[in-house]
Amino acid sequence: MKIFKLILPLLLVITCSAQEWSGADEIAEDTIKELNPNYEPWFSPIFEPVGELETLFFSIQAAIGGFLIGYFLGKHERKS
Amino acid sequence: MHIMEGFLKPEWCAFWFALATPVVIYGAWRVKREIEKDPKAKSLLAVSLGFIFVLSALKLPSVTGSCSHPTGTGVAVILFGPSVTAFLSSIALLYQALLLAHGGITTLGANTFSMGIVGPFFGFLAYKALKKFSLPVAFFSAAAVADLTTYVITSLQLALAFPAFPGIEGVWISAIRFLGIFAITQLPIAVVEAFLAVALLRNIKAYSPEVSTA
Repeated sequence: MKIFKLILPLLLVITCSAQEWSGADEIAEDTIKELNPNYEPWFSPIFEPVGELETLFFSIQAAIGGFLIGYFLGKHERKS
Repeated sequence: MHIMEGFLKPEWCAFWFALATPVVIYGAWRVKREIEKDPKAKSLLAVSLGFIFVLSALKLPSVTGSCSHPTGTGVAVILFGPSVTAFLSSIALLYQALLLAHGGITTLGANTFSMGIVGPFFGFLAYKALKKFSLPVAFFSAAAVADLTTYVITSLQLALAFPAFPGIEGVWISAIRFLGIFAITQLPIAVVEAFLAVALLRNIKAYSPEVSTA
């Protein structure tokens, strides 16, 4: 548990300060356009969250994961 | 980062789907069998899936000035092996494709192939090779290797689809460009992911020493 306590706040701090960093996928997208300027994506996402909605769905994803881990580790701790 | 929606030609989408689908189906069958064999496996399956969900939601900044996210497949592959990991990863990838427009439905096969199959498979090999030597080292290597290999495969998939010029040499030149974007960004992220995976696995082992690893 010690490592968790050390790393998680650190992760939070870095993640919070990362607002202006662009995603590696955007850079890859630019590279694709450079390698093949004629390429047009032939399919676009059916649903694309805009603005804060994206943050919401990312948080929900992390929350689901955190819940699953916490619930089952907690359950084991109670038993022992 | 996964390959974006529409960024692979239909024939490549079909090709990666054809490779990934049988493994995912076999993984789903293995999950069912694990639960039938021992209902307690459910909680470990949930923790493995939870780890994939949390880690692939974290966009971390890296040395290159861009962000990327870990894959979180290390824990699943150590506890259950590569095919179950493929199935669990496809759930996380489907969530991100449908709700976040991250990755995509058409590229789901390609992304499952890199994140769910080849990455974890190499992580699994690293784990098998090192587990007699030291368990924490094996955990660490498995998670880091699974993460890094995923992005190496993504780079190769993009290079195959977008060669700098026709022919195999063009593919290599593109591969080096994409590796420059993904692999270097991923290196420190893989290390962070590996530390977290070791911490979680040690906790699981501490609470229930009877847990057997794959």
